[in-house]
Amino acid sequence: MKKYDKLVTNAAGRKVPTIINGEEHIPFKGVGKYKPSGRKHATSIASCVDYPEDGNKVIPDLKEALIKAGLKDEMTISTHHHFRNGDLIANQIFDIAHELGIKNLRWFPSASFPCHEHLIPYLEDGTIHHIEGSMNGALGKYCSQGKMDGLGILRSHGGRYQAVQDGEVKIDIAVIGAPTADPFGNANGVNGEAACGLLGFALADSEYAEKVIVVTDNLVPFPAIPWQIQGNYVDYVVKVDKVGIPEKIISGTTQITKSPDRLLIAEMTAQFCEATGLIYDGFSYQAGAGGTSLSIGIYFSEILKKNNWKARFIRAGSNKYPVQMLEEGLADYILDGQTFDLDGVRSMRENPNHVWTSPFTSYNYHGKGNFASMVDVVILGATEVDINFNANVVTHSDGYLLHGIGGWQNTLFGKTTILPIPLFRDRIPVIRDEVTTLCAPGEMIDVIVTERGIAINPLRADLIEKAKESGLPVKTIQELKEEAEFICGVPEKPKLGDEIVAVIKWVDGTVLDSVYKVLE
Amino acid sequence: MDNTGFAGNEGTGVRSDARVSIQLLKSGGIQIDLKSKVKTLFGKQIIRLAEEIIHFFDIQHARMDIVDAGALDFVLAARMEAAIKQVVSSEKEFLLPQPEENKNGTLKDKFRFSRLYLPGNSPKLMINAGIHQPNGLILDLEDAVAPDKKYEARFLVRNALRSLRFNGAERMVRINQGEAGLKDLDFVVPHHVNLILIPKCESAEDVITVNERIQQLRKQHQTEHQVWLMPIIESALGVIKAYEIASACEQVAALAIGLEDYTADLGTQRTNEGNESFFARSMVVNSAKAAHIQAIDSVFSDVSDMEALAENVKRSKNLGFDGMGCIHPRQIKVIHENFAPEPKEIEKARKIVEAFEIAQKEGLGVVSLGSKMIDPPVVKRAMRTVELAKSMGKI
Repeated sequence: MKKYDKLVTNAAGRKVPTIINGEEHIPFKGVGKYKPSGRKHATSIASCVDYPEDGNKVIPDLKEALIKAGLKDEMTISTHHHFRNGDLIANQIFDIAHELGIKNLRWFPSASFPCHEHLIPYLEDGTIHHIEGSMNGALGKYCSQGKMDGLGILRSHGGRYQAVQDGEVKIDIAVIGAPTADPFGNANGVNGEAACGLLGFALADSEYAEKVIVVTDNLVPFPAIPWQIQGNYVDYVVKVDKVGIPEKIISGTTQITKSPDRLLIAEMTAQFCEATGLIYDGFSYQAGAGGTSLSIGIYFSEILKKNNWKARFIRAGSNKYPVQMLEEGLADYILDGQTFDLDGVRSMRENPNHVWTSPFTSYNYHGKGNFASMVDVVILGATEVDINFNANVVTHSDGYLLHGIGGWQNTLFGKTTILPIPLFRDRIPVIRDEVTTLCAPGEMIDVIVTERGIAINPLRADLIEKAKESGLPVKTIQELKEEAEFICGVPEKPKLGDEIVAVIKWVDGTVLDSVYKVLE
Repeated sequence: MDNTGFAGNEGTGVRSDARVSIQLLKSGGIQIDLKSKVKTLFGKQIIRLAEEIIHFFDIQHARMDIVDAGALDFVLAARMEAAIKQVVSSEKEFLLPQPEENKNGTLKDKFRFSRLYLPGNSPKLMINAGIHQPNGLILDLEDAVAPDKKYEARFLVRNALRSLRFNGAERMVRINQGEAGLKDLDFVVPHHVNLILIPKCESAEDVITVNERIQQLRKQHQTEHQVWLMPIIESALGVIKAYEIASACEQVAALAIGLEDYTADLGTQRTNEGNESFFARSMVVNSAKAAHIQAIDSVFSDVSDMEALAENVKRSKNLGFDGMGCIHPRQIKVIHENFAPEPKEIEKARKIVEAFEIAQKEGLGVVSLGSKMIDPPVVKRAMRTVELAKSMGKI
């Protein structure tokens, strides 16, 4: 089987394959242009008579559960990243598959982390055929060098849900790591040693996978409350000593930045939002857990306090800073997609206004609407932006896969998307003539805030007008690019081959761009 | 001369810098080995720069090793030249072009609320310093540079003066004491430095020696703009000699005090309240004003406590200081806000200036506001306040 075939130029002007790992895929048609018809995918019909009446689905170990679930060659195995770099489950699954001599599995994680470097030998020996999910660190390098047997597919969190609903990815076995579960399979992320907040990334898998295994180190008698994952979808429950390493689960940046340059960017971002009226009583925003984003949250709360306003809701990635805003009454709700520290976990457990969400509620393309487009201000990062405001979040300027897409593409649908980014990092300008990899069409990005000036997308004439009297250093994106090159010099192009190693999906499941092999 | 030379830094935590070593060889031509985190995008340019510099110094056979952590060209060039000059004796200087924006002169009485110290051998801290908009940026060759790094720092500071974006900040250098300081001048005066800080001044002589060397270099290099001086008083003796130092020559634009060394000299501890330095600060202010120059306060060393800084700035302003030093970019805004004239002050100044303008128009010799006569120095000060308020967007 060829990794890919039948290249076409899509609506974004990028060359993409339409046959990927032997399956047909649709090229990007434009934002909001692709609307598939027909019916969603569904699992085989199950009957309760086939499951124990006492509700006890506990199996002695993961290996037996995987064998019972029918693990065999070429299956699709899904895992989730709510344990982040402290995940102990995914590696075990493939250790077992390797031991059983199983080949050509498709790994479908919601994201991978550096701890999954352990899986490289299984990519080499054919246990795993390819990965559909984010590839960072060593896995990113492995894929970028063209070593993977199949083509990598990167999707957003919302896009992953859509791919499952469309039957584009049929999950054979979903293995859900749970900080707390009962023998019936109800599970949550707020209690237990490995408490990580919520299990939203596993929701689609629990509903659509043929077989669902819940693995926990905190097995409690029925019922495990709250049941973020419902046991009615679960086939087997496995009790292990440890599902994750707590100190590595809490791996997001939980401190505000101390860098004066990043603080300046954060301050300018908040000033921009204030000057252009983006912040108002009852507004909503989404900010990540990076140091700069957190600092923006602090500046936002100062503006809210000063005006005696509050935010209606904060979309998060939560940690102690949004939690503090919630507890101080500066926000009514946190709608949380993942929790980055123990304050976040505690708040979610105890405060009914700190609500867990899932890619379905927040991002789902096939939902009858979703939260993403209701958010006023969205703060995101990027590795590169080009002079047409196209943005890249997955590859470094040298071409290597570096980050997953995460919820990044989905949140772009907020009313105003702002990228606060340094104009250059270690001499490498962030603003380029053309992004190495296209993850967001320029029409989705509204504002770029750098330490040396703010560029507003010409499509946002309203913001350009409002920013005129602000006294803030508004420049064109071309001017910012020239300034970066004056300081850093003009970089060469990365050395990329013609061979495609992975593709980037848009939120609707179409193929937005190709990632090319890096030549040494 | 040795046949190996090296300069710069490498290792974890080092960014925007490079470590360059060179070894002269008997044969084999030029070999360059580059390790760089930006090799894909800038590798060719870095090698080209190395070749150009090696050629510039007429080296035929050598091996150069570069370990680069994203250094800009001016940093790389400084490291390469500092390494090369340990193995090759040469009077030549390898200079990158100096943009026009780094060639301007400054006025003697330019506002100098804030001046940010930058360690002279730390490129990482230099690159973005200008964006925080201090009134002055000090490339420090003195206390912030370790003794074994003094040599290479001169090349870096020289190149930074030429290439760094100062974003309108005055280009300042703090030189070393004594002979070393005079040698430092060779590296900065020909490259449009605006102001020299002279550390640990204890006599007019200290200032005059520096000034004479500067004037000699200006003549030799035909530099157009004046180089201003800011002597720093850092000892009990210096305080006693403050007026003599302030009035040592026409080029002295400001007199500064350095309290860390001063309190050590007194044998006491520096406190936030500053009672122990009240006399010294007053002496410096009084001497500076007697010599018609600016008085500049010491840095405030607790970079995490912005409230204490604000208090300190207010005290400083009330004592008569015109500005103070800072060691962290986040201090700049606090210093500016608290040195800035208050609305009441601005309003009063505006009325005085208006009265002065009316008096001028009507050809009156005396300016009066209401029933009060206004003296010329008060008018002058009011004009300055108005100018300042305008420049800070407060009018």
